Amino acid sequence: MSMFSHPFMIYALLGGTGIAAACGAVGFFLVLRAQVFTGDALSHVAFTGALAALAFGVDLRIGLFAATIAVALLLGALGRRGRADDVVIGNVFAWILGLGVFFLTMYTTDRSGSGNGSATINVLFGSILGLSSSQAQTALWIGVGVVAVLLVIARPLLFATLDEAVAAARGVPVRVLGFVFLALVGAATAEATQAVGALLLLGLVAAPAGTALVLTDRPFRGLGLAIALAVGEMWAGLTLAYFVPRMPPSFSITAVATVVYAAAMIYRSLSRRRAVVPTAATAAAATGVATGPIPARVRTAESVAAADTVSV
Amino acid sequence: MSADSGLSWNPLTDINQMWQLDSMVNAYRAGTIVAVLAAVVGWFMVLRRQTFAGHTVALAGFPGAAAAVFLGVSASWGYFGFCVGAGAVIAALARNGKGGVAEESALTGIVQSFTLACGMLFVALYKGFLNGVNSLLFGSFLGVTPGDIAVLAVVAVVVLAAMALIGRPLLFASVDPAVADARGVPTRALGVLFLVLLGATTAEVSQITGSLLVFALLVMPAATAQRITARPALSLILSVVFGLAVTWFGLGAAYFSPYPIGFWITTFAFGCYLLANVYGFVIRWRGTGRRHVVEVLGAS
Repeated sequence: MSMFSHPFMIYALLGGTGIAAACGAVGFFLVLRAQVFTGDALSHVAFTGALAALAFGVDLRIGLFAATIAVALLLGALGRRGRADDVVIGNVFAWILGLGVFFLTMYTTDRSGSGNGSATINVLFGSILGLSSSQAQTALWIGVGVVAVLLVIARPLLFATLDEAVAAARGVPVRVLGFVFLALVGAATAEATQAVGALLLLGLVAAPAGTALVLTDRPFRGLGLAIALAVGEMWAGLTLAYFVPRMPPSFSITAVATVVYAAAMIYRSLSRRRAVVPTAATAAAATGVATGPIPARVRTAESVAAADTVSV
Repeated sequence: MSADSGLSWNPLTDINQMWQLDSMVNAYRAGTIVAVLAAVVGWFMVLRRQTFAGHTVALAGFPGAAAAVFLGVSASWGYFGFCVGAGAVIAALARNGKGGVAEESALTGIVQSFTLACGMLFVALYKGFLNGVNSLLFGSFLGVTPGDIAVLAVVAVVVLAAMALIGRPLLFASVDPAVADARGVPTRALGVLFLVLLGATTAEVSQITGSLLVFALLVMPAATAQRITARPALSLILSVVFGLAVTWFGLGAAYFSPYPIGFWITTFAFGCYLLANVYGFVIRWRGTGRRHVVEVLGAS
């Protein structure tokens, strides 16, 4: 009995590919811009959007897309140059989450007795095996669209990410790029919520990108690697979930992504231990500035160093 | 939750009516302990810009509680084990890594999604537990027993005592890590210890507000207070005041309305935050306005 003889597996693989590609691509820039928290916030916003749509009886997807893209743009507007402060993001999304609870109560009291308990579970943890043929196609097309737009703006966005001041001076529309990027993040989040759920899509966003950045310093290779890893992890996770029926697919996908990241970290630390003395010295210097708010001087020095490696 | 009778015109009779119920009195006691603790620890979290780490540690409470239910032990063990564990993991791994901002945020995100996925797995393994998920995520303050309050109080006293001990050096290390390091303050050890204390705090608060809303009590009163004043002691006190006010009003509103406590707490806290922002904006605007006038006068 082959895995591909079930239509639901085909739809899951098809839709999952689009979603994973979009998440991997968007995630790469999120990690590079140190904006993973924004992705985290948007995933919780997706929860509220979906529950609001359920409470008012409109299509789930309208709520998802409207909420995530609107809040993504709002977060961009609240910060300087299209980047909001972590504390601002935290305040906004804590409140939006509270609103989500409000809609949840509205939904469960208004429409009691129709299996509402599982609605929250689906929104929070996804139901990729429940995708219909049309949903899978939509997911695939949205994924392709997000990746395409991101590839078009990839070069200037990368410049704006690595050295904002110089990019702005060179006439790159830094602020507009930030907004376009956040809107793309919103779209990818909304689509991914339907597959892996609001709580777990962060794994699909952060893990492949984090792995790619561990494995390579070159940006475009990293972007390709992040997309490929995300799609591969999605396929591996779905296969695993198929052969171990007790395991929910959202868990297996996240688990595969986490294991790959851990393997990449171990690989790097082993190869670094074997590296020559000067490299070890620079690595030690880099660890010296670890946690906590990093002074502006260090951050610019870092991005200048990164910009050096970019010039391919 | 719904009350038998709605609000009257006399607030005192309303409060009396509410406190007739033992469960509400217990909820107020637990809420008070939790609000003070969250406000103090959250104040340092906001100062250190560790909101993402705080949120991740908070979410770890959900798989912890799910695992505890699955294994058949008390949920408190699950909360404390997982939250403190997640804090220690983030602290330890961020230390070993290259230390870049980007990499640390990726790591935090991965820890978060993996712990949540584990929670999902425990829920899936333990069939028939689905209805409990909502209360794990969004909290229920009605089931608080006097025993729970005793545990909450003991943990709160321990964490607050630890915070009092490390408060001064932690403040120094948070505001200017480079100088603190040069002066011989063990910034790294303090950072690890703080994340562990943050884990214990979130574990405690989770039991009342649920995993998803801990973050509101941690970040919002502190951010509001820091908007209003830059003086550390004053803003720490203000943070506690806001936390208490928001929790008390939230409990009251939840009692007299059909909507859950999480909604009310976050809404009141966000309202305070918005007002504080407006206040800060007005102060700055008046300040620049006056300076502008002085400059104009000086020029003429």
